[in-house]
Amino acid sequence: MSMFAVAAIALLVSLGLVLVRVLKGPTIFDRVIAGNSIGTLSVLLLAVMGYVFGRPEFIDLAITYALLNVIGTIAVLKFFRYGDLGAGEDEAGS
Amino acid sequence: MDTALHILSWALLVGGGFFCVVGSIGIIRMPDAFTRLHAASIIDTLGVGMIIAGLMVESGLTLTTARLGIILILVFFTSPVAGHAIARSMRHRNVEPVLSEDRTGEGK
Repeated sequence: MSMFAVAAIALLVSLGLVLVRVLKGPTIFDRVIAGNSIGTLSVLLLAVMGYVFGRPEFIDLAITYALLNVIGTIAVLKFFRYGDLGAGEDEAGS
Repeated sequence: MDTALHILSWALLVGGGFFCVVGSIGIIRMPDAFTRLHAASIIDTLGVGMIIAGLMVESGLTLTTARLGIILILVFFTSPVAGHAIARSMRHRNVEPVLSEDRTGEGK
């Protein structure tokens, strides 16, 4: 078994464990934390899978997903903090 | 030299996978959201750092290494921002951390 397959299996196990917290999480913040971790682990899994299949072009997909991940997390948090995606700092208070 | 690089890459990949599993177990086992945030940051720092470093050692001095470096810099700068936003949002919504001692002010 190649070392990339070992890393990919470890990442898949981590994804399964974090998914339990997404389904169970008592508050919305637990789900956001677990969803953010799923995004990070998916970036790693995409990068490792490129090496497993011998196609390192998959890393471009990982870069795109890393960019989308943080924007998604910040958008969800801003929505749950202000109840509005367009609200500014001064009108809603900090 | 080639064998040494393979052993280094193997150790980095296995160590990164180990820290990812440890962080996931922490996200499940920790008692409240603040400590779960602390466990999630293990994945963002040691997990990402070691696995990306292992892949960089494996691919040598190519364009792929530069792309992996872009991912590393991106995650290192954006994941603390996301964690800080989560914690600030929790304080804004008055989420109280679980404490082992009584700090409500009534005393014992």
